Amino acid sequence: MTDAKETWQQRFDATPPRDVPFETMSGVPVEPVYGDAPYPGQYPFTRGLHAAGYRSRLWTMRMFAGFGTAEDTNARFRELLRHGGTGLSTAFDMPTLMGYDSDSEWALGEVGRAGVAVDTLADMEDLYAGIDLSKVSTSMTINGPAAIVLAMYIAVGEKNQVARADLAGTIQNDILKEYQAQKEYIFPPRPSMRIVTDMIDFTSAEMPRWHPVSISGYHIREAGSTAAHELAFTLANGFAYVEAALAEGQNINQFGPRLSFFFNSHSDFFEEIGKFRAARRIWARWMKERYGATDERAMMCRFHTQTAGVSLTAQQPENNIARVALQGLAAALGGTQSLHTDSYDEALALPTEKAARIALRTQQIIAHETGVDLVADPLGGAPYVEWMTDEMERQAEAVFAHLDELGNGSILEGVYAGIENGYFVGEIADAAYRLERQVNAGERIIVGVNDFTEGTDDEANLLRIDSETEEYQRKRLEAVKHDRNHQHVTDALAAVTAAAEDSTVNLMPPIIEAVRAYATEEEIVDAMKPVFGVYVEKAIV
Amino acid sequence: MPADGLNERPIRVVLAKLGLDGHDRGIKIVARILRDAGMEVIYLGLRQTTASIVAAAEEEDADAIGLSMHNAGHLALAPKMLAAMHDADLDIPLIIGGIVPDVDIPVLTDAGVAAILGPGAPAEEVVAAVRNAVSR
Repeated sequence: MTDAKETWQQRFDATPPRDVPFETMSGVPVEPVYGDAPYPGQYPFTRGLHAAGYRSRLWTMRMFAGFGTAEDTNARFRELLRHGGTGLSTAFDMPTLMGYDSDSEWALGEVGRAGVAVDTLADMEDLYAGIDLSKVSTSMTINGPAAIVLAMYIAVGEKNQVARADLAGTIQNDILKEYQAQKEYIFPPRPSMRIVTDMIDFTSAEMPRWHPVSISGYHIREAGSTAAHELAFTLANGFAYVEAALAEGQNINQFGPRLSFFFNSHSDFFEEIGKFRAARRIWARWMKERYGATDERAMMCRFHTQTAGVSLTAQQPENNIARVALQGLAAALGGTQSLHTDSYDEALALPTEKAARIALRTQQIIAHETGVDLVADPLGGAPYVEWMTDEMERQAEAVFAHLDELGNGSILEGVYAGIENGYFVGEIADAAYRLERQVNAGERIIVGVNDFTEGTDDEANLLRIDSETEEYQRKRLEAVKHDRNHQHVTDALAAVTAAAEDSTVNLMPPIIEAVRAYATEEEIVDAMKPVFGVYVEKAIV
Repeated sequence: MPADGLNERPIRVVLAKLGLDGHDRGIKIVARILRDAGMEVIYLGLRQTTASIVAAAEEEDADAIGLSMHNAGHLALAPKMLAAMHDADLDIPLIIGGIVPDVDIPVLTDAGVAAILGPGAPAEEVVAAVRNAVSR
């Protein structure tokens, strides 16, 4: 046995397997891995992070949910956990994502529509009521006001006797891709990066089970990028966070393992699998060779995957179940750590409970019926898959070289420059338009949209958020504001402003104090705005 | 009456995202489609208010306003936009693109929205909707 195989075997033996037969449904026993070194769990991790692949542990089935009031979403969370979901993932409404309270003029028509409305700690208490936060891991998709929402989650833990060190989860907090794709920013890039590095520092020291940034390509792809640009922009943003944390004197082996990623799984099956494999390899190489990580855990690209919302069609929506299944299968073959499968009705509205359940069932079918869990990196070694992995890497390296040049040897500065000069948004818009023209010209077939259009059914039964939600949430906020200790709020907000003014102070402790006082999200954002300013995007078509 | 035939000035369209919704893939594609069809497109960008859109439409002497909505805010925001246009005596068509469930379409058209373009609408349909709305 070679050295590499022997190390792999030791690691494999050290991992307890799940209690299922590792044979095909016809009874053929199969090895946990095929092919040559490097094996799964070995640098540069192209073939996966773990020696045992999914044999010891399946991916986490993490379904994104959030709508209406905190009570509405809490009920959906409990429903998903009851049906075998293994983690929570929280979607917030637009006002919450943008740092506005439900009573703001900007919030009109948006409260509870695209996610759950959270104004104060009181809403977060309701959102996670009856769920043991020491037992589940929670993902929260929020960026601009991420520090405030994390502070609220810590405070909810405190109220339920769960120490912050025992809280497990991820907060997206990937502000760079907001300027590039998702557009949910508040402050300009540089002060926003200070908040991010404060959060990395705080969680590295105090929350060992928390991932303070989920570096996200998902939204870059949804906005229209190619697969290779999704990969490249995401990893470049990752390098930027690493450089920012290193500049603050943080230890790469300490914060490196806390970074995680979030990718899209789109419809081009082999391109997606190549992208996932390339992501692990590139990240490992750069962390080791460029940034000097020595702990292997700091070189591992751990990622969550969501199927491509943008690929869902409003026409013949049931067809989306098949799209989601194939995209989910690509993610599993690509070795994802967790997966959200979209609901078939999401091109039309937020998912109904039934549609969300079918989506969860889809990934349960992939996990338990297809045999994809038996062998790690089952497509590794296939010439086309290896070529595609190399091709994705080649295209990504070309982008890194461009950004490195833009930033005079700093990817961080290159990313700032690319935001400033419209590089990212331009590339994304060009790719989106190119694809649109192909579809429009009939060169690329989207089933049920530009071909096979017969049989378009009546519209599906859709989830409706009534406007009473908005009224209810505003009244609730009014009541919370009335009942709190006003002096406590004023003092806590002044402390947030003072911390914002002093870049040597970590912002997290004063923000935690402010949420404990039931200061609203918007009030806390407003306490920082005079210091940090606000970002306005140039409108480029 | 404005038209985009010879000897006439091209149709001018103000496009914007009203409110907080940041999904701009669709509206940017629409901007290019209309531009490729010979229209003049003024894209105001994200986080616009009804006041900023009315002001831009007046200043640019626009023939139509197009808004893109992906966050289910259309039932609140479209009437608000129409009211602002009415208050300003701005008598040009308002077109909505994005995710609008079928059941909401008559609600919006009854309120005065000139056309509604759903996801996956082909380029010709987008261009025709604007031309028809403007020549009506």
